[in-house]
Amino acid sequence: MAQVAESYYFENPEVNPQLPQRRRRRRKKFRLWRLVVLVVALAYFLAPLYAGVKFALQNDLGKFSFWAFTSLPSEQGFSGAFFLSMRLAFFTAAVELILMVPTAIFVHIRVPKLRPIMDFVTILPIVVPPIVLIVGVLGSAPLWLKSSPYLLSIFYVVLAMPFVYRSLDAGLSAIDLKTLVEASRSLGGSWIRTLWSVIMPNLRAALLSATALTLALVFGEYTMANLDGWTTMPVWIAQFQQSDAHVTLAASMALLIGTWLLLSLIVAADRSQSRRSRRKAGTP
Amino acid sequence: MLFSDLGTSVPRSEVLPPESGGRKSKLRRAWLPVLAMAPFFIYTGVGLGVPIVYIIRNAFLTFQGKFTFSNMDLLVHGIYLKGFENSLLLSVITSIIPGILGVFLAYAIVTSNSGVLKRMVATASAVLANFGGINLTFIFIAAFGETTGIITVWLNHIGLNPWSHGFDLYNFYGVAFVYLYFQLPLMVLVITPALGGLRQSWREAAQNMGASNWRYWRHVGIPVLMPSILGGILLLFGSSFAAYATAQTLTEGTVTLAPIQIGDTVSGNAIAGEANVGFAIALGMLIVLSITMVFYGLARRRASKWLR
Repeated sequence: MAQVAESYYFENPEVNPQLPQRRRRRRKKFRLWRLVVLVVALAYFLAPLYAGVKFALQNDLGKFSFWAFTSLPSEQGFSGAFFLSMRLAFFTAAVELILMVPTAIFVHIRVPKLRPIMDFVTILPIVVPPIVLIVGVLGSAPLWLKSSPYLLSIFYVVLAMPFVYRSLDAGLSAIDLKTLVEASRSLGGSWIRTLWSVIMPNLRAALLSATALTLALVFGEYTMANLDGWTTMPVWIAQFQQSDAHVTLAASMALLIGTWLLLSLIVAADRSQSRRSRRKAGTP
Repeated sequence: MLFSDLGTSVPRSEVLPPESGGRKSKLRRAWLPVLAMAPFFIYTGVGLGVPIVYIIRNAFLTFQGKFTFSNMDLLVHGIYLKGFENSLLLSVITSIIPGILGVFLAYAIVTSNSGVLKRMVATASAVLANFGGINLTFIFIAAFGETTGIITVWLNHIGLNPWSHGFDLYNFYGVAFVYLYFQLPLMVLVITPALGGLRQSWREAAQNMGASNWRYWRHVGIPVLMPSILGGILLLFGSSFAAYATAQTLTEGTVTLAPIQIGDTVSGNAIAGEANVGFAIALGMLIVLSITMVFYGLARRRASKWLR
């Protein structure tokens, strides 16, 4: 920590007056190109968002109106699609956590030798994109499973695995698991109690971001749901485009803002976690 | 982003509570890891293994179930070859261009000395990089659609209607234009840590020996960053190559891309007798993505040599 502060002082010409003037001037010169790059990037990223918001806030005559948003819940098929996505999201998140949390904790405590293997196995779903996975799934799934929307959930668990495992792994590495477990066990806590009242509260940030990532994934997934023939939220939005473009945009923006909030939650959780691990590193 | 923890696994010493060494507990100790790990490995094995094995098997079977090379043969000829080539080309374009632009953008942010800007960009990149799919299609239509697109209308006012200058949102290049929107933030996300690892002392050492700014980048900066940049571009390549939803909804399936052709065979739009060609395309995609990820892993390993 001290080293960082030191290099910040010595290498930052705006703080350290003793640095040669030449460096300061170079920073001035750089500012113009940086400004240009940032403004162009900002324009490129904001323009479509602005257009989306503006379009969603128009009625069919092109006048400003909240009509598209207020009529959204009563549009045909919306509530069905929304609740289907909701059910799938909760089922996926529940299965994901029940499967991955005990596994990740067990690997960290008992078989750390397996960690490289876990890293490898959990990264594999990246190589299998949804469009490829669904071809194999629709061909090989038994009929009774294929008639249920939860078939999608089963494979969303696999798709979310790389993100979820990495987030749990980072969370577990940030706490001093060994000391916590030994303390709890030597005080007479059972394994269940150790897991539930010692490890889990310390993993809160990781659990939160794992859940948020899973929910965002399920609510945004179009490919598999569409090809499996289930009208989830994204599929409904794509279908409704033929009926009303403004309502489509309103639904799209609502979904987007929801995802945005969820993902900002992750970034915030990550930050609180890294702050904690930094504090841990500072105290020997 | 995803490989961030690969290769940094620090083994922890095992925490084994003292237990009396009876036969029963010895047995338990030996079998406990197997039992505890079984659900995960079975789930992943079935969830990934069964579909993949099914794809590989069916890529070499006729619709009636006889062994054949005809599916793979279709893949390397005519329309399916075209789709595969287009997909590769699209992925190359949408990995190299945002890959290079992303480095400049990330550099502009890393060197800005503004904590607020860095934090905002970190959040925005994380969100935008996950921003593929159908939402992207619809906001781009709202912005750049041919007649009602808001940006199109603006540009039309100043006499620069992009549509009358060869721009088309619904063709191959339109798809590439839209992909830039999530590829660029992804590159910023993966390259920022590498740029942060460029040490000021290297620059000073180069300057002390009389190197110009250009020579510093030519002989120090770029060689050190190269593995990270290549790794980022490979990741972007994979992300483009695998994408389906944006291209499908934007062009309504009119662009010939490998993922869209797979989608067509699933929805039963394939020509009679070619029903199983979807499995062959899927197998081809699996092979391309596996190779990409192997090289990505190598690039990352090389990158960690200098940085961190």
